[in-house]
Amino acid sequence: MPLVTEAVADFTDDHVLVPALRQGDEAAFEWLLDRYSAPLCRLARSYVSNAAAADEVVQETWLAVITGIDRFEQRSSLKTWVYRVLVNIARSKGVKEHRSVPFASLGDELDGDERSVDPERFRGHHDRWPGHWAAPLAAWDEEPEDHLLGRETLAVVANAISALPANQQTVITLRDVEGWNSVEVCNALEISETNQRVLLHRARSRVRRALEVHFEKVDQ
Amino acid sequence: MMFRRLHLRLTRDYPCAQLVEAATEYLEGTMGPRERSRFDRHLSICPTCVDYMAQFRRTIDLCGRLTIGDVEALPRPVREELLRAVRDLRTEEPPDRRA
Repeated sequence: MPLVTEAVADFTDDHVLVPALRQGDEAAFEWLLDRYSAPLCRLARSYVSNAAAADEVVQETWLAVITGIDRFEQRSSLKTWVYRVLVNIARSKGVKEHRSVPFASLGDELDGDERSVDPERFRGHHDRWPGHWAAPLAAWDEEPEDHLLGRETLAVVANAISALPANQQTVITLRDVEGWNSVEVCNALEISETNQRVLLHRARSRVRRALEVHFEKVDQ
Repeated sequence: MMFRRLHLRLTRDYPCAQLVEAATEYLEGTMGPRERSRFDRHLSICPTCVDYMAQFRRTIDLCGRLTIGDVEALPRPVREELLRAVRDLRTEEPPDRRA
């Protein structure tokens, strides 16, 4: 009788995950579903008009992944491939809905003028030091994360991310929550390095502002 | 007095308002060497921008502490249906292999 019946496979490793998926390993597919469905759904929503259509895009993506895994050539990571499959499906659905807007401009005009910090916080043009901080920044009084207030801070971050325009939300989720690098994000979303950076910067700046407001309230 | 004049000279062409717009480019390491040295010089004499960058880095760090559980998951019926599709594909396979 074997002592160890089942070792826990490390599905974060494509060399483990891809062969398992090819063999129809249900645990591998479950892992993939649970890990990527939520971010994929958010991304799909930036291409199609409603939540139901976005759910459909995600389902079609998973079916395409299941049926196409044998053809996946592993020139990129599996997650990048899955995102590209979704982007292609979402785009064609978006076209049918007459919504074939490129991802980078969705929910956020890239050429628009979005400041990282409220311009009122800086000295004006007529000041001796124009563009310099008018006042020092208030310190962030953070509690340890196991503390109730520490958890509250994380909730502020999560809420700030969900309130972002769809394209900013996708980029900050992939980069800063999921830990992808910029090349992976650009490939998966088919956006330029510059667009990726602008979206990421705007997203981070908005989350920082949300934290700033939160800590001001805590102080009072 | 001398310090103020130095501060003015070093930061006039690269004010705080410009630095905050370039924070991600700086952290990504995609900034050209000339702007990078202006950015670094500004930081070396501007404590408020040092605080700003600390808050910016802390923001990124806090994002990384969120987990997949903090975001919505796939609806259960959809999940079940997809898993059924995987099972079906697996049972379909033997005839294909025989062919």
